[in-house]
Amino acid sequence: MSSHTKFITLVAVALAVSFLTLSTQALSSESHKAEKPKTSEIPKNYDTPKYFVPPPPFSEGIFPCSDCHEDMDVNPERRELEDEHVEISEMFNHASDQRWCLDCHNPDDRDVLRLANGDLVSFEESYNLCGQCHGTIFRDWKAGIHGKRTGEWNGRKQYRLCVHCHNPHSPKFKAIKPLPPPNNPLEIKYKKLSDEEIPRNPLGNIQ
Amino acid sequence: MKKKTSSKSQPKPITRRNFLKGTAAGAATLAIPVGTSDASIWQSFFQKHFQEMSKAEMAEVIKRMEKEYAKKYKTSFNIKTTGALPDTLFGYGLDLSRCIGCRRCVYACVRENNQSRDPQIHYISVLEFEKGHKWVSDLEEADKYYNPEEVPEDGHFYMPVQCQQCENPPCVKVCPTKATWKEPDGIVVIDYNWCIGCRFCMAACPYGARRFNWGEPQIPKEELNPKTHYLGNRPRYKGVVEKCTFCIQRVRDNPGKYPACVEICPVGARKFGNLLDPKSEIRYLIENKRVFRLKEDLNTSPKFYYFFAT
Ligand code: HEC
Ligand code: HEC
Ligand code: HEC
Ligand code: HEC
Repeated sequence: MSSHTKFITLVAVALAVSFLTLSTQALSSESHKAEKPKTSEIPKNYDTPKYFVPPPPFSEGIFPCSDCHEDMDVNPERRELEDEHVEISEMFNHASDQRWCLDCHNPDDRDVLRLANGDLVSFEESYNLCGQCHGTIFRDWKAGIHGKRTGEWNGRKQYRLCVHCHNPHSPKFKAIKPLPPPNNPLEIKYKKLSDEEIPRNPLGNIQ
Repeated sequence: MKKKTSSKSQPKPITRRNFLKGTAAGAATLAIPVGTSDASIWQSFFQKHFQEMSKAEMAEVIKRMEKEYAKKYKTSFNIKTTGALPDTLFGYGLDLSRCIGCRRCVYACVRENNQSRDPQIHYISVLEFEKGHKWVSDLEEADKYYNPEEVPEDGHFYMPVQCQQCENPPCVKVCPTKATWKEPDGIVVIDYNWCIGCRFCMAACPYGARRFNWGEPQIPKEELNPKTHYLGNRPRYKGVVEKCTFCIQRVRDNPGKYPACVEICPVGARKFGNLLDPKSEIRYLIENKRVFRLKEDLNTSPKFYYFFAT
């Protein structure tokens, strides 16, 4: 692929993604009285392009945050949360001596994140938030070295948000169960098996 | 059709290996089942070397092979013969500072590449080392049967090993039938119809990356991957050698997909790209990270780069 067509693909992808976001927002804002700036209209000073990523891994029903927060007063005080987000408050372990929720979440509109310089960032681009404190990792991420990209090695690539792998509130990568070890060659005894007897792949079928 | 023969009297598919065995015994004709009129058996004998076939000959071979597989596996296979892309030399990167030894790559590879489930064939071996251990020189000391509740285990690190796609591959040099060779995009491939199963290549490989089909490969029908390449994941035969091909059936498309192991890795430790493209992730990591290649002193010049992101 020439760099020219690559560029066109990128633009097309970016357009498609922003169109999708716009249209879903248009839909959801109909049910809301208050007019809010659309994510794409948020003024910003950072110059990172928008990367193609899967949707943010929100728990079901939590977004838009404004469903609850619109009519709530902001409580900037550092505290144990009791009425909501109790788990987050309990697990919170991310330079937590010096930081609190509102260092990342925008107090005035909970549906977006906020950088230290006041710029607002959508959840689809939360890498910009992480990037302000983890600059070296962010640079590697953009190059496809930290985190991962899938899709086409010489074409369209999909990134993963930092939060697809790191819980922003307790970001240490969690240990997981390994898949089974290989058979020891000493234990191999070959016999003809019926289809049902053949061991299945622990990952299941190819999609 | 009334076809109720017992498996014994069924004509065995003839491979070049059986054929040579027959010849060696001075009774070549015995290798051909008596009374077989199936022309495809004869055609498979006289099949030319893959690199010497014309387009038309290749199409013939593929058509015959797809028919044979359909009959044997009751599934219709697609066998591509896509050649190397121009200006492409594939390279692979593996971040040892991220790998947690979870073995997702091992089984994604098995599934993508139609490896036999029993006898079990894995292209990727994940080795576990104790931190601080003298390791690179000493792969045999590692444990590949580790099985704790969770990985990573404290005080350990992990190193997956698979075909290193050497620029200077010792396995190719020793093959007596030219059944294995290096393609223009750097992938070392095997023609399973030319392999006679002598296993010289396995002895020559310093990385233990080649696998032998001791028995007829067995794969559950619903787990077969029908999207194959002649030089890659098409079903193998008993008595032939196989190994990682960087998922040749995926990466040679244009645009090409990442290998299955890259796509599944949950920590993003696996990187893949074109060594000739200065903007590729593989070039970025070679230029910006600490990298090494396994057993560099052997002058095999692998295109598989281990690196440390941190
Ligand atoms: C380091 C920045 C940061 C801090 C500090 C932080 N958050 Fe978050 N939070 C995020 C990001 C980024 C997301 C988006 C995750 C996603 O995309 O799924 C998020 C998601 C959430 C969500 C949605 C979670 C879900 O279940 O989907 C809630 C609720 C939340 N944060 C509350 C809080 C509270 C309460 C605190 C303080 C105890 C806090 N956050 C502190 C960055 C932060
Ligand atoms: C179901 C209603 C509900 C939703 C949805 C909700 N919140 Fe909250 N949130 C609350 C309540 C209630 C509190 C106060 C909890 C307390 O004081 O114990 C709170 C507190 C917070 C706080 C602590 C600071 C403050 O203003 O009190 C943050 C940060 C926060 N929410 C972020 C989010 C984010 C980000 C989302 C969307 C991803 C979200 N919330 C969605 C109900 C909600
Ligand atoms: C305001 C600065 C700041 C922001 C924004 C921030 N971090 Fe951090 N992060 C830190 C600091 C400081 C540490 C080291 C202290 C610690 O481990 O608690 C850290 C540690 C980490 C670690 C290592 C944790 C461990 O224990 O190994 C990860 C992973 C991480 N952050 C991911 C993220 C992600 C993902 C985001 C975006 C959602 C993010 N960070 C946003 C400051 C930040
Ligand atoms: C594909 C999953 C994945 C993605 C996406 C990802 N990380 Fe990581 N990250 C990891 C793993 C795995 C580690 C190693 C964790 C460990 O050793 O415990 C790590 C480690 C880290 C650390 C700890 C410091 C270090 O070098 O070990 C930080 C900070 C961090 N990541 C930040 C980020 C930020 C910021 C982003 C987005 C720009 C991001 N990560 C995206 C998987 C990911």
